Amino acid sequence: MHPLVEALVAALILIGAFFLLVGALGLARLPDMMRRLHGPTKATTLGIGALLIASMVYFAAVRGGFSVHELLITLFLFLTAPVSAQMLAKAHILRSGAGRDLPPTGRRAEWATLDDSKPDGT
Amino acid sequence: MIASAIAIAGGAICLAIALTLYRIAVGPDATDRVLALDTLVIEAIALIVLGGIAYGTAMYFEAALLFAMVGFVTTVAFCKFLLRGNVIE
Amino acid sequence: MRAHLLPHPLLTVLVTLVFVFLMNEVTPGVVVLGLILGLAIPLLTAPFWPGRPRLKAPLTIVEYALVVLWDIVVSNIEVAKLILFRRGESLRTRYVSVPLDLETPEAIAMLAGTITMTPGTVSADLSADGKALLVHCLDTGDPKATVAAIKARYERRLKRIFE
Repeated sequence: MHPLVEALVAALILIGAFFLLVGALGLARLPDMMRRLHGPTKATTLGIGALLIASMVYFAAVRGGFSVHELLITLFLFLTAPVSAQMLAKAHILRSGAGRDLPPTGRRAEWATLDDSKPDGT
Repeated sequence: MIASAIAIAGGAICLAIALTLYRIAVGPDATDRVLALDTLVIEAIALIVLGGIAYGTAMYFEAALLFAMVGFVTTVAFCKFLLRGNVIE
Repeated sequence: MRAHLLPHPLLTVLVTLVFVFLMNEVTPGVVVLGLILGLAIPLLTAPFWPGRPRLKAPLTIVEYALVVLWDIVVSNIEVAKLILFRRGESLRTRYVSVPLDLETPEAIAMLAGTITMTPGTVSADLSADGKALLVHCLDTGDPKATVAAIKARYERRLKRIFE
């Protein structure tokens, strides 16, 4: 394998592991739930993205040709991370009674999680 | 070079898993634990991908993909349960 | 006739591409099987896709994707800095409410996802009438500027794409 490719793969692996560690550190260290939500949703997504790109480059270099199926995991995680983050935020708002501290919507309707008129809180 | 990078990265990810387990143990609320479980799934995927590079086989890809899908569905189901008190009406 | 056989052309392309990616090789057999799946799945699931968003400016999507990818990388570095070098209590976190000009549900979903992936913001909730988005900022000195940045950088482009 070309030494430059090898260096690229090693660097991507280290970057990925670094961001995963930072995300977990944020999860363990930040003081409240909404702040903790920022660490895992962002840092871990880029971390896993970098690792998967490293895997793509590595297998493309080892086998020759190309290897794109890791891209599917990356895309899937990038699409689902915001959805699970928003679900967690809604569950937190509902359970912690943080509704009082939210800013006004600027409209007649209430925020959907706290709105009683529609039973489905999504 | 890649072998030592994998060793360092493996150590870092294990540390990350330890921090995540700490959050699962401490809580304080169920949402914190669900968030920590979601993060744990992503870290597990990272370990699987790392293992795939270390052993030079693409066979682990399917495991990582399944983890990603099941992890997402689990998180959403947990949140639905916390929001509504049941998952499927 | 065309609408009958191809109820959802974008979905056909997507299913075919995902299948080829999943098999991880481009051989005639894989592409043909992917195309068969890509044609059959939209036909069979057509009743589940009542509304199909029209894409007005396809080229803007490329621009939008590049802007968002760049912002994801930048936001990660920023959040990593905040986590590593700042004490948690000193972060000026707050909720802000972003009024929406978008009306298409797909566009609003894209905007909410983008906000979550980009610098220091997580979208937390939507108002019950779908006209305002609740956003949580990790560290912001000026909430008005944050809202203005979201509207100028993402919402304007999404409005061009979808409406």
